[in-house]
Amino acid sequence: MKTNLIRIGAALSAVLVAAPAFAQELTFWSWRQEDRAAYETFIDTFEAANPGITVKFETFEAANYNTILSTALAGGVGPDVMMVRAYGGMENVASAGYLEALSNESVPALADFAAPAIAAESMRSDGTIYAVPFASQTQLVIYNKAIFDANGIEEPQSWDELKAASQKLKDAGVIPFANGTATAWQNETVTFGLGSSLMGKDFYDALMAGDADFTDARFTDALGEVAAVAAEYFPDGFIGLDYPSAQQLFSSEMAGMFVGGSYELATFKTQNPDIELGVFAAPGKTAEDAKLVGLYFDGGYAANAAGANKEASVKFLNYLASKEFGQAFANTLNNISTIPGVTFDNPLLAEVNDLNKSSIPYLMLAHFRYGEPSGSVLIQAEMQKLFAGETTPVAIGEALTTGLAAWYEPFKK
Amino acid sequence: MRDSGCDGNQPETQNSTSPLMGEDGWGVAASADPKIKRALKVPQLRMTGRGLWISALIVPPLCFVALFIVYPIVSAFAYAFFDWQGLKRLDFVGLENFHTVLFVEPYRSWTINAFKNNVIVFFALMVLQNGLGFILAYALWRELPGARFHRIAVFLPVVLSTIIVAYLFKLFYHPLFGVVNITLKGIGLGWLAQPWLGQSGTALGSIIVAQAWHMVGFPTLVFLAGMQRIPSEILDAVRMETESEWVKITKIVWPLVAPSATIVFTLLFVGAFNWFELPYIMGGLDGSPFGSTDVLGLYFYRTAFGNVSSGQQDFGLGSALAVIIFIFIAIVAGVITTRLRAREIQL
Repeated sequence: MKTNLIRIGAALSAVLVAAPAFAQELTFWSWRQEDRAAYETFIDTFEAANPGITVKFETFEAANYNTILSTALAGGVGPDVMMVRAYGGMENVASAGYLEALSNESVPALADFAAPAIAAESMRSDGTIYAVPFASQTQLVIYNKAIFDANGIEEPQSWDELKAASQKLKDAGVIPFANGTATAWQNETVTFGLGSSLMGKDFYDALMAGDADFTDARFTDALGEVAAVAAEYFPDGFIGLDYPSAQQLFSSEMAGMFVGGSYELATFKTQNPDIELGVFAAPGKTAEDAKLVGLYFDGGYAANAAGANKEASVKFLNYLASKEFGQAFANTLNNISTIPGVTFDNPLLAEVNDLNKSSIPYLMLAHFRYGEPSGSVLIQAEMQKLFAGETTPVAIGEALTTGLAAWYEPFKK
Repeated sequence: MRDSGCDGNQPETQNSTSPLMGEDGWGVAASADPKIKRALKVPQLRMTGRGLWISALIVPPLCFVALFIVYPIVSAFAYAFFDWQGLKRLDFVGLENFHTVLFVEPYRSWTINAFKNNVIVFFALMVLQNGLGFILAYALWRELPGARFHRIAVFLPVVLSTIIVAYLFKLFYHPLFGVVNITLKGIGLGWLAQPWLGQSGTALGSIIVAQAWHMVGFPTLVFLAGMQRIPSEILDAVRMETESEWVKITKIVWPLVAPSATIVFTLLFVGAFNWFELPYIMGGLDGSPFGSTDVLGLYFYRTAFGNVSSGQQDFGLGSALAVIIFIFIAIVAGVITTRLRAREIQL
C-alpha cells in the first residue's frame, strides 16, 4: 500500500515537473487591471483552441505602464505579448527595437483593418506595423436623456442650437456642462470634443497637407467659440474643478451634458446604474456642416521581438485580431473594437460606432505627440490660459505653431 | 556587551570585558608570553572582537546606502552624459543634455519657471512654516493655557500621510462644494470665493498653505526643544533686567535657538527644492494650470519618465536635470549650514 502511494506520488510529480516542458507559457502584460476577468475568459477560449499554449495575464498601473514596460524590455525580462499604446507612445517602445514587426503574412486579419487604425500602430518613418489595434475612442458630447426630455431638448444640430439648449438647462437650474478644466488633459478633451465640427474636415486636410497651420481662422475661431460656451455654461469656477469631480457632477445628474470620450460611458453607468445616456457629435456652425467626432485609437497588442516563444506569441496575436475575439471584446468590455465586422449589442456603442463614420482624428494625440513640446501639452496649457482669460485664440494659434516648429517639419520656416 | 556571534573561539567570559580590562580579554589562543601579548594586543583584539562586531553592524547598512543611494546618484551622473531613446542608451554626448535643459527652448523656459516656483515655495514656507513654527513654539514654551493639548495638536498633522493632506485640501478648495468657498459665501464674502486650484494667481499659494499646515509641527517641535535647552539661570538674569517679551525673544531666545534654526532652515531648503508629493496630487504632473504649480521635482519626473500627454521619455535630459538639482541643493545647503553654524553660540 505504502509503496503504491509512493509510486503514484512519484508519477504525479514527474508529470508536474515535465508539464511545463510540453506547454508553452506566454506572459501577457496590460494596464487594464479592471478588465482582468474579461481577459481571463478570452484567454480560456484561446487556450481551449490551442492546447499546449498557456497565457498568463499580468497587469500594471496605467499611468506608469510605459515606463515599467520599457524598463522590463530593456532589461530583457519583458513579456511575450503586451498591450502597447498608440502613436508616440507606441513609437517610443518600437523604435528601441523591442517589438516584433507584424505583416499581413504573419497576421492576415490585419489586411482588413481600417487604415487609421493600422496607422496608429505603425512607425511613421517606414510604415511598419508593430501591434494589432484593439479599440478606438471617440471624443463627443454625452448627455443625460432624462434631463433632456424633462426640459424638452433635442440633440442640437447647430452651434446656436447647442447654446440655446444649454441656456434652457441653465434657466431650469441644471448645470449645462459638467466639465472642469483643472486637470490638464481635460482641456484637450473639451477643446476637440466640442470643437472638431467647428474646425471642420477642410481645416484638418489642409493642416495635414501642410497648407495650413494653427494660426488658421477655422481653428482659432473654434477655440473662441469653445471658450465662450465654457465661460457661460460650464460649472461655476470650472477652471478649478478637477476631472473626478466633473464626472461626479454628471453621473449624479446635476448636469445635463459632459464633453468627453466614449470611455466615459462605462464609468457613468458604473457610478450611477440608473442614468440614461445619449451621445451626439458636437455640431458645427450651421446644421448643414458635417458633424464630426474626434477619433483615436487606444493601443494595440504587440509581441516581444526577443521573446522565447515567438511562434506561440504570433498565434495568440492572430487570435486577438480575429472577429471572434473582437465580438467578445465589444460585448464584455463595452469598447469599440477596431476589428472589422464586429457588431454591438449595446445600442449606445452602436451609435458611437455610427458617429465614428464621420470623424477627424483626435488631432494632437494622432499627429503632434512625437516631439517636445507635444501639441497636447501646448494646447492644454494654452486652453487653461484662455479659460482664465489670460490669452486670446489668435495668440494660441501663434503659440502652437511656433512651439511645434521646434520639431514638426511642416511648421519650420 | 556580548559579541559571541563574531568569534566562535572566544570564551564567554571575555565578552563581558570592557577595553580597559586588557589582558583578561584574550581568549584561548593568547595564553603565552605576556610581551608578545602586549605587542599584538591592540590590532588583534580589534580584528577578532569589537572590530568584527562593529563591522558586522556597519557593513549591511553601508551596502544598503551604496546600493540604493550612492549607486543611483552616480549612475544618474553617468546617464546625464548620454543620448537616450526612451530607455535605450545611445551615444556619449558630453554636456549636451545640460546645455539643452538650461539654454534650449522649450526646456529653458520650463526650467526657469519650475525653478522660480521652487524659490517662491522656499521663501513662502520660510515665513509660513518656520516663522509660524517659531511663534507656536514660543507660545507652547511659555506654557499658555492648554499648552499640553496644543503641543500634540500642532504636531498631529505631521504624522498624517501626504496623500491624506493633499486630498483633504483639494476638497477644501473645491470650487462648488469646498468648505473654503462655502464659508466665504456664508459670511457674506462670496466675492472672495475662487476656483483656488484653477487660477495661476492662487494655485501655488493654495498648495503652499496646505504644505505649511501639514508640516508646521516639525519646526515647532525643533524650536521648542531648543528653547527648553536654554538654561534657567540665563532666563532668571533676563527677568531682572526687563519685562519685555520682545527683548527676550530677540536678544535671548532667538540667538540661543540658533542650532535649531540651522536644522530647520537647512531641511526646509532641501525639502522646498525636492518638493513633489503635494503639487503632484493637487496640481497634477503638468503643474496645472499652465505651469503655475510646476516645480523642479515634477518637471524632472515628466522629462525622464514621460507623461500621458507628451509620450516622450528622455532619460538623458531627466538625469541632467536631476544632477543640476542635486548639485544646486548640495552647494546651497552646504553654504547655509556653514553660515548658520557660524552664528551659533556655545554655552
